[in-house]
Amino acid sequence: MRQSKLSLGSGYAALIVISLLFIVPFVWLIRSSLMDLSQIFTMPPEWIPRPFHWENFHKALTVLPFDTFFTNTLIIVASVLVGTVLTSSIAAFGFSRIVWKGRDTVFAILMTSMMLPAAVTIIPSFLGWKMFGFYDTYYPLIVPAYFGGGIFNIFLLRQFYLTIPRDFDEAAFVDGATYLQIYMRIILPLSRSAVIVVALFSFLASWNDFMGPLIYLKSDRLFTLALGLQMFQGSYTAQWDLLMAASAAVVLPCVIVFLIGQRYFLEGITLSGLKG
Amino acid sequence: MRKGLFYGLLFTSPAILGFIIFTLGPMIASLVLSLTDYNVFKEQTSFIGFQNYSRMFSGEDELFFKSLGVTFYFVILRVPAVIILSFCIAMLLNMNVRGRAIFRTIIYLPSIVPAVASAMIWMWLLNPDLGLINSVLSWLHLPTSNWLYAENSVIPSVVLTTLWGIGSTVIIFLAGLSGISKQYYEAIDVDGGGWYSKLRHITIPMVTPTIFFNTIMTIIGSFQVFNEAYILTEGGPNNQSLFYVFYLWRTGFRDTEMGYASALAWILFIVIMFFTFIVFKTSKSWVHYEGGERT
Repeated sequence: MRQSKLSLGSGYAALIVISLLFIVPFVWLIRSSLMDLSQIFTMPPEWIPRPFHWENFHKALTVLPFDTFFTNTLIIVASVLVGTVLTSSIAAFGFSRIVWKGRDTVFAILMTSMMLPAAVTIIPSFLGWKMFGFYDTYYPLIVPAYFGGGIFNIFLLRQFYLTIPRDFDEAAFVDGATYLQIYMRIILPLSRSAVIVVALFSFLASWNDFMGPLIYLKSDRLFTLALGLQMFQGSYTAQWDLLMAASAAVVLPCVIVFLIGQRYFLEGITLSGLKG
Repeated sequence: MRKGLFYGLLFTSPAILGFIIFTLGPMIASLVLSLTDYNVFKEQTSFIGFQNYSRMFSGEDELFFKSLGVTFYFVILRVPAVIILSFCIAMLLNMNVRGRAIFRTIIYLPSIVPAVASAMIWMWLLNPDLGLINSVLSWLHLPTSNWLYAENSVIPSVVLTTLWGIGSTVIIFLAGLSGISKQYYEAIDVDGGGWYSKLRHITIPMVTPTIFFNTIMTIIGSFQVFNEAYILTEGGPNNQSLFYVFYLWRTGFRDTEMGYASALAWILFIVIMFFTFIVFKTSKSWVHYEGGERT
């Protein structure tokens, strides 16, 4: 498409301004996390910490057992990740590469759960888990991931699988391969990027989950980072330097994982997510 | 193809079981619960028919209408803001500029920040006395605001904080925009039309399916906002940010009135279904599918 120099120039300007607006909160977070309280509150605001108070991070992360929260979060995130990737990719295979009666109807019914507000199922689910003695454990947060891993992920992978030519399966069939072999040897390796997207989505959703742990966890020693941070906020309201350091420490791993996987991430949403 | 049916069901069984155990079952249970007065602290639970629902609509529970109103206000402010802003940003990102990947990453990044951390950042930025935003405004001699701490500005402020996370909507728009064939634009170039006629006659009609998808998703998401209320405002000041799901959580888990909270959940479901249905219905007149025009 031809673009005039003027419109391209104003486009640049607008993009730079918008990007700045999007990035300022991050910069503000980082700079506040490295200052002492007196410098944080100077007017007009200063941007460069002097000196850098790296010990804020140490202080913030040791007043509460953040190492425990971190380990807890990792346990949950890793378990959810494995369950999600495993069961959503196998279900997507069943919904796209195997021909069976009623397949599309079943898939359509499952898709309706995407519109259902979580609020509708949260109370009976809570009561159910509690009845079986799993309140204040990780099971309610982990086990559902092993049952399909979320319809959105199945949808995403199914869309991707559908773009793989059918001849591949048929050739394998002729050679006597089973469905499981076709899934493991052909479809899964060809869909690596879509699977990575699902893994990233699942990582972020589970890392960022707040309502789940809030409802199911009671003991401090089981708390996740999100809950720990919220608890921290409650008890150190005025300690903005420490609050910002703790927040930065919770945000950072997310940002790193995203930056590592972002190539797949953004392509995954744009390519497989919406092709109808 | 009997074998196909067996393997098809085998491969999809975890998902189907999951749907039955974690969606369908709880849905039915929630419907039944909503017809009882189940309360964790009460010894006996009885079936009370539609009393929970009449309690809401008779006006006996003032907070029901309050929270519904708050949520509607939020949805009405937020949905157009999200759609228009993300569309504009996606248009900019779709231009032939250098460093698109960097801009795209910067704009997407905030949407991966955990809600608690994002709330913390915004509480700090919007702090009336010490926050960056008021400092900048007063430095520019512009009026400042109490943001999250004043009744009339709390909802717009929450909307503002959520706009930081529109990255994923932008990306979906970008996908829609990049799918438009360049030939259409070239045709307008030949006809001597400017950017406005391109926008009006090609871009907007061609992305209506994406606008439709994003609108539905944003409506569904906005009705269910919870974290912001829990962390940022706790429903205050004076219940002015008592978001519906926050009120539901409070009723069910803090006041332990789980029967009543289930009824609240069903009303939310109906409200969301209703609005989704309306958008679906009206979509026929404004959503254009490329393939559908051939007939």
